[in-house]
Amino acid sequence: MENNTYDSNGYLDMELLRFTTAGSVDDGKSTLIGRLLYDSKSIFEDQIEAIERASKNKGKEEADLALLTDGLRAEREQGITIDVAYRYFATPKRKFIIADTPGHIQYTRNMVTGASTANLAIILIDARNGVVEQTLRHAYIASLLQIPHLVVCINKMDLVAYEEDVYDKIKKQFMGFAPKLDTKDISFIPISALVGDNVVERSKNMKWYEGATLLHLLENVYISGDHNHVDARFPVQFVIRPQTDEYHDYRGYGGRIDGGIFRVGDRIKILPSGFESSIQSIDTLTESLETAFAPQSVSITITDDIDVSRGDMIVKANNIPLQSQDITAMISWFNERPLQVRGKYSLRHTTKDVKCMIQEVKFKMDINTLERNYEDKTVKMNDIARIQLRTTQTLFFDSYRKNRNTGSFILVDEVTNETVGAGMIVERQ
Amino acid sequence: MSKYNLNHLRELEAESIFVFREVAAQFDNPVILFSGGKDSIVMFHLAGKAFFPAKVPIPLLHIDTGHNFEETLIFRDNLVKKHGVKLYIGSVQKTIDAGRVQEETGYNASRNVLQTTTLLDAIEEYKFDAAIGGGRRDEEKARAKERFFSHRDEFGQWDPKNQRPELWNIFNGKKRMGEHFRVFPLSNWTELDVWQYIYMEDIEIPSLYFTHKREVFNRDGVLLSTAPFMKLKPEEKAEILDVRCRTIGDITNTGLTRSKADNVKDIIEETAAERTTERGKRFDDKRSETAMEDRKKEGYF
Repeated sequence: MENNTYDSNGYLDMELLRFTTAGSVDDGKSTLIGRLLYDSKSIFEDQIEAIERASKNKGKEEADLALLTDGLRAEREQGITIDVAYRYFATPKRKFIIADTPGHIQYTRNMVTGASTANLAIILIDARNGVVEQTLRHAYIASLLQIPHLVVCINKMDLVAYEEDVYDKIKKQFMGFAPKLDTKDISFIPISALVGDNVVERSKNMKWYEGATLLHLLENVYISGDHNHVDARFPVQFVIRPQTDEYHDYRGYGGRIDGGIFRVGDRIKILPSGFESSIQSIDTLTESLETAFAPQSVSITITDDIDVSRGDMIVKANNIPLQSQDITAMISWFNERPLQVRGKYSLRHTTKDVKCMIQEVKFKMDINTLERNYEDKTVKMNDIARIQLRTTQTLFFDSYRKNRNTGSFILVDEVTNETVGAGMIVERQ
Repeated sequence: MSKYNLNHLRELEAESIFVFREVAAQFDNPVILFSGGKDSIVMFHLAGKAFFPAKVPIPLLHIDTGHNFEETLIFRDNLVKKHGVKLYIGSVQKTIDAGRVQEETGYNASRNVLQTTTLLDAIEEYKFDAAIGGGRRDEEKARAKERFFSHRDEFGQWDPKNQRPELWNIFNGKKRMGEHFRVFPLSNWTELDVWQYIYMEDIEIPSLYFTHKREVFNRDGVLLSTAPFMKLKPEEKAEILDVRCRTIGDITNTGLTRSKADNVKDIIEETAAERTTERGKRFDDKRSETAMEDRKKEGYF
């Protein structure tokens, strides 16, 4: 680490970066996470001791860093990652949340879950094998979930004699199908997670590589643009009415800004009623704000006495979202019971809860070849498909490409209450 | 940083406030699990922000093992009075007296596991449908797999292999009669984040977190406080040292740290330099490799 001394005020300028890693045991994912945590001094002595103890019990000589991320008894017994595990580390510049997800096709739903909140995805490629089916799958999910930044780490460079040619070939291979992806920012880094080349420290073995190390990239990638700060969207979450002497007539709308910037005095429209008003104040416990932006949680008061409740959306009067009961979406299916065409589900979109009926499956995506399947339309667990559905009430939304918050929804089974699917709204065609 | 960017503490804060409001909207009878430790204090502070200028509309529930540090109870009662919030107390002693559980015996006897029964009894008695806890994913490996909204069946049990997927910031709190949820607004916070936030927001915390002189003894490398119900082994000797708490649980399993830190800034620096996890000094977690997962499945915090 470049900085071992801790500045107790420096953290006030730290940003938060959420990233996801997908991969299987043998492509070195656990080793990479282990190295990031270890080199940033985020693994503690008692955790290392616990891992060493557990590794010995399993007859392994070296500490198995995978045990650090596999937390459940079943995962340890079977030596596989079943569920998303969240890991945390920080450098003086940023705090990082890693959503560590299993890479096997059976766990597509976990990859999708981990990807849903990520700013950045790390994709690992074994330098000996080049781009494989799994690479494509991970890249597609990152693109489908609109993770803004993609970092392709070509790992195990030590096993291919640190050859620039190998790196170039794999990079070219990946760029060959990049046009099929909807990701603007793609970077490539040749690394060896095991030896530590280009992870935290610059590699002495690959002088030909002039780009950033992985940690340097994680610390510096520009994430301020990851939130939509253009289209102002405020789904009302909770109506705050103190009914005390001091705040007798106070009626505040609590919520988290899902997009854009709101200012006191802004002319706003309330959906679905369509009434217009102006922002009177933006309040927090400690201060009243002039301006608030995504992803802040605030309480907004308006100048007119209009009935507004949970599930309504406050937007700028001159920039309103799409509205419809007919929704086209890409769906990731999570449940053992396949998606039922003509079936009814609860649908939760922002803070709004409605019912919907699945009208049609348009096609299923083969996530290993990125080809559309118009023949087999049975949407089973871990499948991704384009569907058409109709809701009981009008939704106010943006396309998922435009806004990951107002463009996403989940489907809930009405009998079991399980979350059975996640949807990303596509632009109407 | 750009003008329209939050620092990491403000982003975590915004997320936690969102979770609190979501609980208030999705549940009829939620409760905040309050232990008097720093995490529950930060939680309550965030609840205050979520509902300002209204009072926190969610009552507190303290599961009292009867083995508390006195300072914690005083702090708890002051906070309740100051904010005019309702406090429920679930007493482990009463659960024992009613014959619902049996007290452990021996030197390492603890009421830690017994709390689960008291907690589940309280949830049933008062018909709480969401219990909001201060658990963080960085604390322990089983907690790293926990959801913000964590479903519990009618027996209060957690099924870690069959959890609901949680995407974006959409939380599914739907349940059947008799089931409840555990909710963790601090999921993404680390120990250091909590301390930095306490400093940034100037949040009051119990004096136990700062250095003080206390009679302690060393058991298996962990410093524990003496108390009338703590039995010392023949080879253990009590001595008075300058110590502070890194976490506050009940006296039987709260390891103390030798420290001279008398302000939050010093604590932040100590925490940043610390080489063991905070739960590394908790006796309750040392019992087995999957101690936390096993307790959580049964309905523990």
